[in-house]
Amino acid sequence: MFGLTDRVAIVTGGGRGIGRAIALGFAEAGAAVVVCDRSIAENEDTAARIRDKGRKALAIPADTRNADQMANLLDKVLASFGRIDILVNNAGGGVPGSAMATLQYTVEQWAAAVEQNLHSVFICSKIMGQQMVKQKTGNIINISSMAGLGPFPTASAYGAAKAGVISLTRSLSIEWAPYNIRINAIAPGFIETSLTAAGLERDPKNRQRLIDKIPLGRLGKPDDIVGTAIYFASDASSYVTGQTIMVSAGLTADRMVM
Amino acid sequence: MGKLNQKVAVVTGAARGIGRQIALTFAREGADIVISDVLVTEMEQTAREITNLGRKAIAVKTDVSRKTDVQNLIDAAIKSFSVVDILVNNAAVIRPAPLLDMTEEQWDEVININLKGVFMCTQAVARHMVKQKSGKIINISSIGGIGSIRPMMTNYVASKTGVVGLTKATAGELGEYGINVNAIAPGVIITDLVQSMKMTESELRDRMEQNKRGALLNRNGITQDIANLALFLASDDSSFITGQVICADGGRVDKI
Repeated sequence: MFGLTDRVAIVTGGGRGIGRAIALGFAEAGAAVVVCDRSIAENEDTAARIRDKGRKALAIPADTRNADQMANLLDKVLASFGRIDILVNNAGGGVPGSAMATLQYTVEQWAAAVEQNLHSVFICSKIMGQQMVKQKTGNIINISSMAGLGPFPTASAYGAAKAGVISLTRSLSIEWAPYNIRINAIAPGFIETSLTAAGLERDPKNRQRLIDKIPLGRLGKPDDIVGTAIYFASDASSYVTGQTIMVSAGLTADRMVM
Repeated sequence: MGKLNQKVAVVTGAARGIGRQIALTFAREGADIVISDVLVTEMEQTAREITNLGRKAIAVKTDVSRKTDVQNLIDAAIKSFSVVDILVNNAAVIRPAPLLDMTEEQWDEVININLKGVFMCTQAVARHMVKQKSGKIINISSIGGIGSIRPMMTNYVASKTGVVGLTKATAGELGEYGINVNAIAPGVIITDLVQSMKMTESELRDRMEQNKRGALLNRNGITQDIANLALFLASDDSSFITGQVICADGGRVDKI
């Protein structure tokens, strides 16, 4: 019941980090995977790795903030596979310059962070969701963040956007349940990726300070998220919708999700 | 190869319902099971079903609110299997009563089994898991444990909310030994516990319909839904998750 044989999955931001790990993990579980990333090279590389595993893969570069590009992506996916079963809204991340005190944000810097992390989730969910509604079946997994679970000072735009993703997950779970569409979210804790590397490199003591706060005593790797993504994508979770699971080794476990 | 190959799991309240389904599911994934309950006949039946699946099982009569019973349970587990890899704290009771009329006994019984029992079993098993430097503890809370204003259930709601707090605090304390501690909050699942809530057949039918409508996914939960989540939390797929409460409730607009 944890298998994804013959499912068609779209993973945004699938070129690297958590998105790439999920794309490869889904392929290992039997899915055909559409990798969507702004980076053509990384897109192609992930798709090639998936084909190496004997699974079908499409690499379609697209910007998740752009509704036309995502609509074109959907057309291509339907042309190849006839349907979509799973959407992973993973594209997002810090926008250059968005880590600063809120008083220092220009309006444009605020908007850029929210566009990248929340607008994109709405746009992709709406476009793919319309198809899933037609199919009367579907599964959406949103990648939020521990930043969305409570205060996130000096990157409040990112925190607000990621909190918005959790709220949207709940709202859509209610609106689309009648169409047999489940929507859940994952809130990763501190995962070592290119996104988080800079903060750790700035001060070597940061790493240990962080680890001291984490009950399981280690930072995460992108692979740590895969098991939860597969649980949500598969029939094992068929009675679960509207949920957010923190995958954080206990960091922020003292927060309650709405 | 199953997800729990060669693991040993202790499951309390495993004579029937959710506990039994968890025990069977774990056995199908390769685990040997220590079945704990107060219902001896049903427990032995579950044990037989597990041995029929080709796994080992022992059945130990346990009142989880009694320290000597719990010690006896863990001693029996270690004697048979040398280790305990997984503990599922599932044993629970309900004693519905309006708050203004609730007796001290009704309050105590529910708190002692549903909350104190989780503490007792956790402590006894964790002492071994700490030596092993690994382990998975899964506490069964309830949708009543994450925000409920349902009448007649103040003792149950308090106990299940307590389980959530206990889960998080235990996760914080045992993390350094490589032990994951998480909770499941089931919605309305069709089991004997629900059906024992003294209703006529037509009252039960109406109640089931009402509950079904309360769940967004338009069906009542079955024990396998909870067993699937327990399997996820018992396996390596969730090794970076601790201190979490996950609801398997079919999605709800409001908590119940």
